[in-house]
Amino acid sequence: MDECCLLVEFGRSVDRKVNDRVHALADHLLQHMPAGVVDIVPAFCVLAVHYRPQDMAFGKNLPSPYENLRDHIEALLSSGVVAGERSSRRIDIPVCYGGQHGPDLAEVAVRCGLSRQQVIDRHLCSEHLVHMLGFAPGFPYIGGLDTSLMLPRRATPRTRVPAGSVAIANGQTVIYSTASPGGWNLIGQTPLSLFDPHREPPCLLMPGDRLRFVPINADDFAVTAGQQP
Amino acid sequence: MIRVIRPGLLTSLQDNGRFGYQRFGIGPGGAMDRTAHRLASALVGNPDSVATLECTLTGPELLFETSALLALCGADLSPGIAGQAVPMGRPVLVRAGARLSFGQRRNGVRCYLAVRGGFGAETVMHSQSTSLGGKFGGHAGRAVRKGDRLDGGALAPEQFCPLLAEQLSATSAAFAAPRWRVPLLDDTASPQIVRILEGRHWELFSPEQQQVLLDGEWRISAQSDRMGYRLEGSALALENAGRLVSEAVSFGTVQVPPDGQPIILMADHGTTGGYPKIAQVAGVDLPLLAQMNAHQRIRFEKIPFEMAQQMFLQRENDVETIIASIAQRRFDPA
Repeated sequence: MDECCLLVEFGRSVDRKVNDRVHALADHLLQHMPAGVVDIVPAFCVLAVHYRPQDMAFGKNLPSPYENLRDHIEALLSSGVVAGERSSRRIDIPVCYGGQHGPDLAEVAVRCGLSRQQVIDRHLCSEHLVHMLGFAPGFPYIGGLDTSLMLPRRATPRTRVPAGSVAIANGQTVIYSTASPGGWNLIGQTPLSLFDPHREPPCLLMPGDRLRFVPINADDFAVTAGQQP
Repeated sequence: MIRVIRPGLLTSLQDNGRFGYQRFGIGPGGAMDRTAHRLASALVGNPDSVATLECTLTGPELLFETSALLALCGADLSPGIAGQAVPMGRPVLVRAGARLSFGQRRNGVRCYLAVRGGFGAETVMHSQSTSLGGKFGGHAGRAVRKGDRLDGGALAPEQFCPLLAEQLSATSAAFAAPRWRVPLLDDTASPQIVRILEGRHWELFSPEQQQVLLDGEWRISAQSDRMGYRLEGSALALENAGRLVSEAVSFGTVQVPPDGQPIILMADHGTTGGYPKIAQVAGVDLPLLAQMNAHQRIRFEKIPFEMAQQMFLQRENDVETIIASIAQRRFDPA
């Protein structure tokens, strides 16, 4: 991409298998970080490797830092060192659906031709996989949404979406890690804190996590939210 | 202890970036002009992982309660102490009670103030950079305000620069500084040439649209900040942009949103984006861009990747050479 970033493309669209391969390479590189590499950023189908070329060997008759890194990664991929199967974490996310916590639930139900309970049930039964984090610290893009819940983003985004809001659009779920403007359809809210810069680790979720949403009522929401530091 | 008498327009602590966390959506941030940050740091003997104060357009007024060794690089915002102009690009030893203030902007946009021992910045995720959006790091996760106290500055800096200390004690001047200095900013041209690489999605744009980017004169709009510079000019068009899937971006990525006006992502860029990436600003021209202001105009010149990489490595070499020569001088006033 540029003098300090190399991209590895595995596909062109959002796809579970492709995403697994992105994470498999990311995991390997994180465990065996090549010299000069400073950041690994997995996305839906592309892995970015940010590096400092000045920290890599270079010289008149040597391959350039970019060529070195590219050759190293190509060798990894063709040798099969990078395994396809990964051990993902399984994380439970408590969610209070609808009401003030999910103001768009009713509208989503109407637009999908379902009852509100059906929307909730199908969201609960989906096999949620965190494809990547981006947009904001700790903000997950989660695939695997039941296909009956497909609908676009809202025509007019909100200027402020509360932190913890669980929202769907375009076949994915996101959870707003911080309050921010947002255009996705809000179906619920989690009292968990997805990002705290002073916590170790700062982000609750990681790319590759498999999520299970667990319904809670508004009272439990208030109690759990109150317990967050 | 350093007290903020007046905060300036946007004065925040920045180091050379927060790396290692982009996969969590945490952008690297850091100094917009990394070269100026590094040189200012080297001039006071700090590693570049110690934050400097990035002062934007209108500088702050700072009271140094104890003597301090400081340095200023980047934009010339007319720094002064007790009515005397403070020279830039070299170490400056100031007395206890010195008030550093700034005046008219003479060139550039961002001035970097380093103080030996740093400013007592908070380290979060291994970096002292302020995440203004995330509200963490640096000084309380925000720009400095009037009344803030920065718990920084090395104890007895005189011991690190005895020759300057001697010079200061022999006079009643407000500060002591050597006659030598490191290179400072060149004035920018109008329009200024900015070198770019073909972006990831360069081929998705028609040859006509590619020419529009290269032939055009682009104005940096007033809606430009540490996150990105919005450019005003012809509207670029791309079919099927909606089919692009989000992926990583970096400092200098030139993306084209639906309205067709390119945005150059700057230091506080988000980690990923879904807009087409038509180009990438060459690394060597990022510090130059960081010192350009709203309403200034640029033209793009496309260069091959190998050339960009070579120039990048050469520039690194040049900066390291300057830093090595600073270390050799050891604050020698000559």
